[in-house]
Amino acid sequence: MNSHAMSANNTSGLPQVSDRLAYNAMRHWKERLIEALLLAAAAVSVLTTLGIVYVLVSESVSFFAHVGIVDFLTDTQWTPLFDDAHFGIMVLISGTLVSSGVALLVAIPMGTIIAIYLSEFADSRVREAAKPILELLGGIPTIVFGYFALLVVTPILQVILPSLPGFSLLSAGLVMGIMIVPYIASLSEDAMRAVPMSMREGAYAMGSTKLYTAIHVVVPAAISGLAASYILGISRAVGETMILAVAAGMQPNLTWNPMEPAATITSYIVQVALGDLPHGSIGYQTIFAAGLTLLLITLLFNILGQWLRAKYREAY
Amino acid sequence: MKPLTTEQIRRVIARGKFKDNLFKAIGVFCLALALVVIVALIADMVIKGSDRFTLDFFLNFASRRATQAGILSAWVGSLLVMLVTALAAVPLGVAAGLYLEEYAKRNWLTNVIEINITNLAAVPSIVYGLLALGIFVYQFGFGQSILSAGLTLALLILPIIIVSTREAIRAIPAMIREGSMAVGATRWQTCRYHILPYSMPGILTGVIIGLARAIGETAPIITIGALTFIAFLPPVPFTETGTGTAGLFDWVMSPFTVMPIQIFNWTSRPDPAFEVNAAAAGFVLMAMVLSMNAVAIYLRYKMRKNIKW
Repeated sequence: MNSHAMSANNTSGLPQVSDRLAYNAMRHWKERLIEALLLAAAAVSVLTTLGIVYVLVSESVSFFAHVGIVDFLTDTQWTPLFDDAHFGIMVLISGTLVSSGVALLVAIPMGTIIAIYLSEFADSRVREAAKPILELLGGIPTIVFGYFALLVVTPILQVILPSLPGFSLLSAGLVMGIMIVPYIASLSEDAMRAVPMSMREGAYAMGSTKLYTAIHVVVPAAISGLAASYILGISRAVGETMILAVAAGMQPNLTWNPMEPAATITSYIVQVALGDLPHGSIGYQTIFAAGLTLLLITLLFNILGQWLRAKYREAY
Repeated sequence: MKPLTTEQIRRVIARGKFKDNLFKAIGVFCLALALVVIVALIADMVIKGSDRFTLDFFLNFASRRATQAGILSAWVGSLLVMLVTALAAVPLGVAAGLYLEEYAKRNWLTNVIEINITNLAAVPSIVYGLLALGIFVYQFGFGQSILSAGLTLALLILPIIIVSTREAIRAIPAMIREGSMAVGATRWQTCRYHILPYSMPGILTGVIIGLARAIGETAPIITIGALTFIAFLPPVPFTETGTGTAGLFDWVMSPFTVMPIQIFNWTSRPDPAFEVNAAAAGFVLMAMVLSMNAVAIYLRYKMRKNIKW
């Protein structure tokens, strides 16, 4: 016991009851304080969300005081910094959707195949070796991927497609796809490994091959997990910034052709941030309106993902 | 239906086996492709950047002449930003994880916090940059400083640290808590002397993975407006600067640049001489990130082998 509990008039050497109670009460008070501090730390995440919503909405409100929401959604030009200013967000959304589409065309098949292979075919040694490799791939900084897309992948693609310009949504999207593969592969694999062995054994007992079991038994049983991993991949693709800022050019361009350069929502924000726009100007406010659009798109996909998960969830 | 002859059955089986093997080959090919990308990426940067792997490259400031440019302000900036990030994110993240696992009651508040953390992990990093631009840079008046950048990245990696803390704590069996409380320990004493020490390797893994993510992040830092051309270092505490002696914490308010921004700057210049610099700096960044990840993977591997409850 410490000196607090051992009072001076105590001759027996044992702490007196009143002192012990006082000590316990103090300990209780300290416990309360600690719990409150820990709760405050947990609340920081909620404050972060509130902060994001507050910043994006308040700046966007001033933006939409200048620009009509119908113009914002239907105009086909995005020239916020010119004298003849147009604010058609579709221009940026088209770039975002095309690059994300290319990325997902790479990432979903490749990620799913790797996941099926690792979960159903590979022996444990291959799996132990493959997981860290995928993790390293997922850990590479996106700016390094951007460098790779612009200075390695684009020149290679230009050999195959001579008409490809130096900046294109195609090469940025392809590299983005490679970047997303680890996320999809590891989440999908987790979902498939959660399917109970008895279901596979049932299929094998009926004479199914491994591939038939994987495609017709395991994948349908794990479909909600697969959908969740695809949704995460989409969020990653839509929110990816540096690969596009480096390799896709930053020219606003309303196009659905991946062979062209185009700005995306994210690369537009980077472009404006690189310049020196005064705080409170309309140009400054555009990046918050663009950011709000981006957040709403990712939110939409997340809600869709949660709905899919709830709808197709299978519990074993 | 006519029964199949043995010959036909053999053919069906052979076809099934062929398809299995074909799929296996495709799977190995896809995995190999991922490996090839990593190897190609590293090889390209090593070969292109080999001229720059000198001591001068690490000790020179950025310059208009590619051959004399170095990454001194960038790597110092990255380290200092990481220091601020770690000091902010580790206590907050571990405390939040501890609260959710050991203290939180099942009520609406806990639900809100949990759903919120899940959703924050899916928010694009550039949105954190916009948050920081609005709140840290202008509302709090931190300006385009190391402090703003460090706090931004701290918020960004907070969900990673919280989730890994929770997983590490959840792996500790209930008997540890019961044993501790049975001998009269309070909840906090149980956490302080049992839960935290036992979950430390798992928490550390999460912290390292989070910091590895933060050190490679570019978009949020560009958004708060970090400069790309910095030819000075933040003031060292207690040394003479132009305006007097620097205080202990003056460096947190200093303008700065970080490795990813330096790479972005060199990559986007039309002069191919800067490509070499970008390659070399990219390799240095990759080496930092991959070694941090490797440590985390090793820790997790070791942990899985050693701990048997």
